[in-house]
Amino acid sequence: MNKFFAVIRNWRLGSTITLAVLVVIWSMPTVGLLVTSLRDRDEAAATGWWEAVFNPFGQIWSLDSFNKAVEGGMLDSLLYTLVISIPATILPLVIAANAAYAFTFIEFKGREIMFASLVALMVLPLQSALIPVLKGMVWLKKTFGIELVGNFASAWIVHAAFALPLAIYILRNFMMTLPVSLIEAARIDGASYYQIFWKLIIPMSVPAIASFAIFQFLWVWNDYLIAFIFVGEQKSVMTYKLLRLLGQYGDGWQTVAAGSFISLVIPVIVFFALQRFFVRGLTAGAVK
Amino acid sequence: MSDIIVGIVAIILGVAGSWAIYWLLDFLVRLLPVKTQEKLRAISFLLPAAVLLIVVSVLPFFQTIAWSFFDKRAKNFVGFENYATLFTDSNFLGILLNNFLWVAFVPAITVGFGLVFANLANNVGPKREKIMKSLIFMPMSISFVAAGTIWGYLYDYPPPGRPQVGLLNAVVEAAGGTAQPWLSIDSGRLNSFLLMIVVIWLNAGFSMVMLSAAIKAVPEETIEAARIDGAGPLKIFISVIVPQIRGTIMSVFITTVIGVMKVFDVVLAMTGGNFNTSVLGYEYYRLFFVESNIGGSAAVVTILCVLIAPLMWLQIKTARHQEEIR
Repeated sequence: MNKFFAVIRNWRLGSTITLAVLVVIWSMPTVGLLVTSLRDRDEAAATGWWEAVFNPFGQIWSLDSFNKAVEGGMLDSLLYTLVISIPATILPLVIAANAAYAFTFIEFKGREIMFASLVALMVLPLQSALIPVLKGMVWLKKTFGIELVGNFASAWIVHAAFALPLAIYILRNFMMTLPVSLIEAARIDGASYYQIFWKLIIPMSVPAIASFAIFQFLWVWNDYLIAFIFVGEQKSVMTYKLLRLLGQYGDGWQTVAAGSFISLVIPVIVFFALQRFFVRGLTAGAVK
Repeated sequence: MSDIIVGIVAIILGVAGSWAIYWLLDFLVRLLPVKTQEKLRAISFLLPAAVLLIVVSVLPFFQTIAWSFFDKRAKNFVGFENYATLFTDSNFLGILLNNFLWVAFVPAITVGFGLVFANLANNVGPKREKIMKSLIFMPMSISFVAAGTIWGYLYDYPPPGRPQVGLLNAVVEAAGGTAQPWLSIDSGRLNSFLLMIVVIWLNAGFSMVMLSAAIKAVPEETIEAARIDGAGPLKIFISVIVPQIRGTIMSVFITTVIGVMKVFDVVLAMTGGNFNTSVLGYEYYRLFFVESNIGGSAAVVTILCVLIAPLMWLQIKTARHQEEIR
């Protein structure tokens, strides 16, 4: 028996060491960039970031590169990205929750076929719709004077539409686990479907709503294509700005490194704080 | 500043507005006779979603397919000319080869790493498991552009005479080799593989989380029974655990295949599609934004959709299967 436990203990130690090594490898690229963003310009151009890690006291540390990134408009981009991300998360959730409710609790003709097409839409590449939507928005401006392109609203609409299939899918899967008897009881008490939705279903669906919200927020925050096409340079988001910085890195990796870090602070915080919900969302449905 | 105010106002208006739309729809339906109400009830909840999906994704999708048979400016019908041009262009065939390589390698390796991580994490005790999993999972929250920056720095090749600040070249030089401009080496598609590493790095955490959940759900008795029969850990894993998590492996695999088919941002950020690293997602972008060729880019997307279509079918099947389990 003792031998058995010894094997288990070795097994555990071996696993820990192997996994720790892998974790170090996995984190190294990110750590390298973070260290670089905090170093002095000349030193960072002269030696690799690992030298700074091995000799932290013989180094000049500075926040200059962050100053430079901020001067380059990185903070404005941070705000623009927030202004795009929050509505682009809430809007599809409201619409999807309603639709998921209908798919779960209301019998209607063609429900199965509609749901199957929804699953198929989950796979459809974003690119398949972008140019016609862009042309359509330009046409709207010419004909009715409604200016969508270049404004945040266009990104909200496109993000919302492309989030819907997955959102409805995840929310419906969750709603199917809710007790039907509760809803029937509410019906007998005279509540309308509309009241049941807002007063019963929404509060009970909070876990699924939270997990999709995080998922969608990260997706929109990290998106480049939609923001580039529909919002453009005037209100350039973080990914846009970062790509421009990357294109002109003639003056070293410093500014790019600092810019990347400003861009990933919020998603990483959201991720670590709400990881639980995020994981639940992933396991509940497929991913875009 | 004004943008922030616009944003806040928009958030409030958007939420109140969408709430009002549903209230109005419900109100209208309830004005009708009871029998009609029954029939229209679902519509009052589905209408906004349906309108948005049809206007912003379904109709534009068909428009894109139609445009793939039109010329550069989407004015004159040209039949299959765009496709003929693409398939006789050696560059485009190279792009298809790249997409094929991405699909052939990335999903399998991602699943492999996920299995390794999930198994190791299962053995280290709950506290360490949580921390280590978070660290591996973290890249999932990073944008492709930021990941491109992070890895671009790792693969950095400075002008001759400058010191190596990129990790890869520093390691190569320390081992006695000469520094290489890695991202421009296309022999054996080496640079494409270097880009794949970035996507594997981003997705392995997702794979690990999904597979770890599945492995934890495997009944302990089945493992115990195999252990009593004298099976070693590897044997247990291959012949007891893997068969029971096959469904999850498939779904992680399919999800990664779909993601990899559409890969775009990483290529844009790291090589700009140069040195034979372009893929369908990037070619679409280049044809439209650089060459203003609507017909051509529509044809590229249509090809992408045709390649993804079988996966769509698989996805529906998996969804049905999951429902049956429930």
